[in-house]
Amino acid sequence: MKISRSEITPEPLFWNRRRFLHGLGLAGVAGALGLPTRAAATPAVPSTDYAAGEKPNSFAQISQYNNFYEFGTDKRDPAKHASALTTEGWRVRVTGACSAGGDFSLEELLQRVSLEERIYRLRCVEAWSMVVPWLGFELGPLLQTFKPTPEARYVAFETAVRPKEMRGLKRSSIDWPYREGLRLDEAMHPLTFMATGLYGKPLPKQNGAPIRLVVPWKYGFKSIKSVVRIHFSSTQPKTTWNMLQPSEYGFFANVNPNHSHPRWSQARERRIGELFKRDTLMFNGYADAVASLYEGMDLRRYF
Amino acid sequence: MRRSRSVSSAGLRLVCFSACSLPLLFAVYWSFTAGLGANPIEALTHHTGRWSLRLLLLCLAMTPLQHYLGKPWPILLRRQLGLWSFFYLCCHFALFLVFDLEFSMRLLSEELLERPYITAGFTALVLLSPLALTSTRGWQRRLKRNWKKLHRLIYPAAVAACLHFLWKTKISELEPYAYALILAVLLLARRLK
Repeated sequence: MKISRSEITPEPLFWNRRRFLHGLGLAGVAGALGLPTRAAATPAVPSTDYAAGEKPNSFAQISQYNNFYEFGTDKRDPAKHASALTTEGWRVRVTGACSAGGDFSLEELLQRVSLEERIYRLRCVEAWSMVVPWLGFELGPLLQTFKPTPEARYVAFETAVRPKEMRGLKRSSIDWPYREGLRLDEAMHPLTFMATGLYGKPLPKQNGAPIRLVVPWKYGFKSIKSVVRIHFSSTQPKTTWNMLQPSEYGFFANVNPNHSHPRWSQARERRIGELFKRDTLMFNGYADAVASLYEGMDLRRYF
Repeated sequence: MRRSRSVSSAGLRLVCFSACSLPLLFAVYWSFTAGLGANPIEALTHHTGRWSLRLLLLCLAMTPLQHYLGKPWPILLRRQLGLWSFFYLCCHFALFLVFDLEFSMRLLSEELLERPYITAGFTALVLLSPLALTSTRGWQRRLKRNWKKLHRLIYPAAVAACLHFLWKTKISELEPYAYALILAVLLLARRLK
């Protein structure tokens, strides 16, 4: 991770900026209109609130309650065991239907983008949710630099497989590596984000260091962590949860309160830090921005 | 001779009581020390559900254990284990009713109709409630032979509780299967008796 100390937002500064925004009433007003708020205030990294002014969860909550089965299935396992992951010298292989793929160091990739902060809601398929201030960049422009060919209709992603560092790999019920994928238009959508940091700090390993996907209108399992491979393909790629239980986890996995998981309701969610549940929003509240991607599609069938 | 035995059985019951109260004490302690993690309601719900099932299985193990050891003491603990299991079950259901459903009977009926794991868990609660209510000596006397018949409901309740856990778990976790296996062994032990 090459983010200099001066570029990142320390937690106190972060809060000052949020208070500043609230003071102006901008966050609330823009949020109510469903518009992102652009804040110019802080040095180097612009910040945008896509969570309608809602208070982000604390760094401790975000970094100690994780699903990252490579490090164990308990929510606290990743925080306990992910420190074993080596992120130095991280490389990402870009393959498939593109004319400028290759094997890149993370630094090479980050040179092609500019970092920004985005505050997104995150909704897990298990019916809990958070608000997370991610640091990272929009995926689309990076994908363009690999020059996808006309055959490219999907983008697949893979997480690192490090048997010596990931104790959860011993569990054989999942066919590792963890795989995810998006339709190319979803991957190119301006909300689709790659995160390299959190609260202005480098991404904690349990949150998917050094680089992870963030797709805020889909269930959390789509936002694959610790990515080592990006593959352009003409056919829909296999994705881990869909391979495990196709009747329960679809390829699209868009947040949808009207289509419940076969075993539990998706109509409501518990925001981490709150005791009671709240209603889940269609596309996790990003319907205005993304609903057009699925026009004419039966979302009950393509769940 | 008689006196020393009753003293030791009282001691045994006290040890059992203290041990069974530990999950409760830990839950209280964690609640006040942020030991429940980022999602305390979920943590408490899982904790009370787990201990209810564990104690239910332990309760079911007492009769086979008595036969196996040829000693009467496991039977002395049976009622208490059953009541503790029911206590944790009530906490488990109360957490669900208060924090997940906010007392909404509409949500509860939806969950009962649409979610098999909720149906199974609720079935266990319904089956075990009369057993807890009639666990006293007075009821034992009043119901006579029917008491034993009634209390056989613990078997379908235990099956329902195991299914509840199996159906809830997201991926093939070992824990619910372990409990189901233990239950199968206990039920088999009774058949072979």
